Amino acid sequence: MTPCLLEIVTAQEEIPPDPPFIKGGNQRRSDLCPPLVKGGRPAKGVGGFVLAVALASALLAETPEEKGFAIAARSDRSDRGFGDSAVTLEMVLRNKAGREARRTLTIRTLEVPDESRGDLSLVVFDSPPDIAGTGLLSHAKILEPDDQWLYLPALKRVKRISSVNKSGPFVGSELAFEDFTALELEKFDYKYVGEEPCGELVCDVVERIPRYEHSGYSRQKAWVDQDVYQARKVEFFDRKGDLLKTLTLSDYRRYDGGWWRAHELSMVNHVTGKSTDLLYSDYAFGLGLTEDDLSTGALERLR
Amino acid sequence: MRARVRQFLPPQPRVRLRTLGIVGARFLLVLMASTAGADGGAWTAAGSVALELRWFADDPAFPGQLTGTQPSATLAPELRWRSAERRHQVDLAAFGRWDDGDDERSHVDLREGSYRYVGDSFEVLAGVSRVFWGVTESRHLVDVVNQTDAVEDVDEEDKLGQPMLRLAFQRDWGRLELYSLLGFRERTFPGPEGRLRPPLPVDGGALYESGAGDGRVDWAVRWSRAAGAWDLGAYVFHGTGREPRLLPSADGRRLVPFYRVTSQGGVDVQYTRGAWLWKLEALAREGQGASFGAAVAGFERTFYQLGGSSADLGVLAEVLWDGRDPTAPATIYDDDTFVGLRLALNDVQDTELLAGAVVDHDDGSVAALVEASRRFGGRTVLKLDVRLFAGADPAADLAAVDRDSFVSLRASWHW
Repeated sequence: MTPCLLEIVTAQEEIPPDPPFIKGGNQRRSDLCPPLVKGGRPAKGVGGFVLAVALASALLAETPEEKGFAIAARSDRSDRGFGDSAVTLEMVLRNKAGREARRTLTIRTLEVPDESRGDLSLVVFDSPPDIAGTGLLSHAKILEPDDQWLYLPALKRVKRISSVNKSGPFVGSELAFEDFTALELEKFDYKYVGEEPCGELVCDVVERIPRYEHSGYSRQKAWVDQDVYQARKVEFFDRKGDLLKTLTLSDYRRYDGGWWRAHELSMVNHVTGKSTDLLYSDYAFGLGLTEDDLSTGALERLR
Repeated sequence: MRARVRQFLPPQPRVRLRTLGIVGARFLLVLMASTAGADGGAWTAAGSVALELRWFADDPAFPGQLTGTQPSATLAPELRWRSAERRHQVDLAAFGRWDDGDDERSHVDLREGSYRYVGDSFEVLAGVSRVFWGVTESRHLVDVVNQTDAVEDVDEEDKLGQPMLRLAFQRDWGRLELYSLLGFRERTFPGPEGRLRPPLPVDGGALYESGAGDGRVDWAVRWSRAAGAWDLGAYVFHGTGREPRLLPSADGRRLVPFYRVTSQGGVDVQYTRGAWLWKLEALAREGQGASFGAAVAGFERTFYQLGGSSADLGVLAEVLWDGRDPTAPATIYDDDTFVGLRLALNDVQDTELLAGAVVDHDDGSVAALVEASRRFGGRTVLKLDVRLFAGADPAADLAAVDRDSFVSLRASWHW
């Protein structure tokens, strides 16, 4: 899984002041690493396609599909150029009876300037102590399956693993691997549903239908606020079309450079009654990570 | 506990390795002292203690071997230091086992005691360390750097720390690692009381082809690269081979390990597509009898979310072949097939089960295993191992351990 703090975004060039509603591009991060809005300096639209959609939207009556796409594109990464980041995450796994199990992990992410490649990320477990030092390295791809390696510290073994397991649970949690994976705009079809109040904000509600293989979902329904364009809630529907899980995102904080990050996420499984909370520490940016630091050879030293 | 062994040891060759250890330890102490006050660096401690009980159902095959249960306890502390920018790294990891039934299984080893400098696209490591090479599951054929700690288990996955200098470069064309292996570690063997040993106990001073004994400096070069769906590795190694040939002693009451100087090269390849992992390890080696080749090849196919649950089931199959002659160190993997199943429940307790068997094509002997583990609470792990050996006839590869099938229950506590 490409853990979400995956910022799949790329280019680092100067960002011209396009109007915010056409910023976007051809990739986005998942809600777990929510799209960021660059304060005061809206990001440059990379894709002419996005621009075309935006202009078309302005000139013609929008279809729900066009409007859904435009909202997703707007919400989409505008955090290009963040470079790298590291964050510590505590996962609280709760069963139906409310019994808790905890895991802590550190996630390092490196943005890759080359747009044809995804970003690099490394998850290292700190607890439970019997799996401490276990690493999961992901080299995200745009269209092909990601490359993933597992590092087993007891043997000091690096093992390439299959990445087709999109809908399987991540370390026993209510999050699927695909919930963690960096999302590209083209991985979904979109449809605008309407406008709803969400807390003190007003949200656009957009349906997104996975186009990639092996998804466990028939569709997702996302609430994206109209203020800073962050996802506030996502509902996940299983392959039969029934509501499976709800993710709520809160405690958004804005970092220097304008990046927004949610620090408290909660996924509730309506079928099993289990839930998983994700509690993020402060993010660190500008660590000077290199591709070597996120290569298979570096796994044994990144503990 | 090793005093009895020591009297057989020739005094000379050992000195050098010990000196190396002392120098290394001093170096680490100085380093620790100097890093203790460094700004921003951080020490982290981790480790585990465990109680283990092995139970052998059958009476032993050879006189003096223990009967029934074999209790033991292990301690594995780790200490790691990283400078603020992570360029300087110190790793210390020790392992000790106290065994109630087999004095030779009671042992202490420094698994890691190393300093690492991480530069831009290169890395230097000095000290005792552990490396793993390879991709297959049933046999770790190309994992030739560290000596096997064979008293620990029969799967050859427990390794002794190896003193080394390693220089690694990361480039567009892959990773290149240059190893200077400073001194040789003797393989551990069960004592006379221990099970899972040859008809005669392996005891007494090892013999070396090299005049430098266990002080010989060996070298190795490894290249590895991940390229799309392919993970590739290749190595060359020149030095004392880690596998000994076991020779009868003059009095005919014990076996003496004999280590020869080898030159060898090998490759490991994995091709990952969808839920399939295709794997190959192969090597060519000279120095142990006639030059020979050996290979392991197979696949691992995982069925995710079995029957709509969150469990994954992996199916593994590998064929093993080894062309060594009878004057080379013996192997049971001369012409075998391995089949296995790996079940991961993906639950909060990380419940896992691995079951498999290696079947010998020539003599029909079978080595089967079941490994099951589950976490209880946040820090305790229970592990159940079952190993079954069935040698079809007295000449079979597994004949010596035919009566050594066992069940092992291990409770470990981690911090």
